[in-house]
Amino acid sequence: MNQQKRMDEADRASIILKEILRLAHGHIRLMEVCGTHTVSIFRSGIRSLLPEGIELISGPGCPVCVTPVGEIDRAIALAQIKDVALLTFGDLMRVPATSSSLNQERAMGRDIRIVTSPLDAVEIAQREAQRRIIFFAVGFETTSPAIAAAVKEARRRGISNLYLLSCQRLIPPAIRALVSSRDLKIDGFILPGHVSVIIGKTPYSFIAREFSLMGVITGFEALDILEGVYMLLCQKKEGRSEIEVQYRRAVKEEGNQLALEIMEEVFEPVSARWRGLGMIPESGLTLREEFKEMDAALVFDIPYKDKKDPPGCLCGEMLQGLKSPPDCPLFDTRCTPEMPVGPCMVSSEGSCAAFHKYGVSR
Amino acid sequence: MCLGVPGKVISIEGDLAEVDFSGIRRKVSLLICPDVREGDYVLVHVGFAIQRLDEEEALETLTLFEEIERSYLESTEEDG
Repeated sequence: MNQQKRMDEADRASIILKEILRLAHGHIRLMEVCGTHTVSIFRSGIRSLLPEGIELISGPGCPVCVTPVGEIDRAIALAQIKDVALLTFGDLMRVPATSSSLNQERAMGRDIRIVTSPLDAVEIAQREAQRRIIFFAVGFETTSPAIAAAVKEARRRGISNLYLLSCQRLIPPAIRALVSSRDLKIDGFILPGHVSVIIGKTPYSFIAREFSLMGVITGFEALDILEGVYMLLCQKKEGRSEIEVQYRRAVKEEGNQLALEIMEEVFEPVSARWRGLGMIPESGLTLREEFKEMDAALVFDIPYKDKKDPPGCLCGEMLQGLKSPPDCPLFDTRCTPEMPVGPCMVSSEGSCAAFHKYGVSR
Repeated sequence: MCLGVPGKVISIEGDLAEVDFSGIRRKVSLLICPDVREGDYVLVHVGFAIQRLDEEEALETLTLFEEIERSYLESTEEDG
């Protein structure tokens, strides 16, 4: 970056901040739904730059944090089956389950591998035709089209030893559950940029229409977030409740239509359990009938068993935006990134991990 | 987990593109975002291009990434 450009960025940030200071009157509570936003807010020190009256609270955040313990138990049970290889994104490896974690199981010799793309699962299944390959699929709408495309690719290649344990979750139904709860008092949402690259703007319109709350789809750079906050303050000042897009370089109003079509061809919505939020109608994705032969939950017949969160752990309340990490008696005492108790400390995008790493500014 | 990284499409072969991420090149699937050309900037997530980006805006994101990285490195040097 040349000197001039850096100056421009600094100038822009300082201009936006001045505008924010000018607009901020009284108290306003804004929830960032996405863990990538949480990390960016902490890393850039935005909390300390904003005036006292603007409160940023973290919401359900990341797919790893909202995956119930029972689902990880189920993945571990699958990994214990003979001739099975369990594949997963790395973030899930350290999450403590009831009596173990995927990491510990791997250390004990189970075939558990980290992949960085759902297409890796297709390649592995093709290469290791004698093994049964189970992909533990977590993710929000950002990731689901890629998983759906991989399922279709496996079908196209005639692969019959690839299965999916689908723990995918959908963001708009979770936001509906959050705003329907009387406990949560917020004025608006910093809406997730990359989920919105896929789904566009329309699926959020109920937030403004039914609940008279504001929302701005926001990018992940510090300047994006400052601009998102600024746009929310403008709405408040003008008495508007709308869904707007700040992250215009990536988000089209209609989203990525092809990605949505592929996702819909392979998956259908189903009621699903969220850590902290409980059962939410139509908030998960399951394989459609034509792809059911790949559904690990059916093929291997390992039922889901609901499990309680570890005693004392406040991750549930944290994911609803009702508590913040310093409220938790375990935070930075029994629960640290080295020995995490709850998922918000495990995931690099969890609010506890962010509080721990960047310190509490306020 | 919903991290998206912008990169520049160097070449395309079928439904795979070679994408440059500030010097590191990776194969990226175009299965859910096929409408891209060589020279375009794309947003990449879990090995898939998920959207084509406006070039000027993408350059801005790339340089900001570098700046954040630098300031992070500087702060860790100060700590250590």
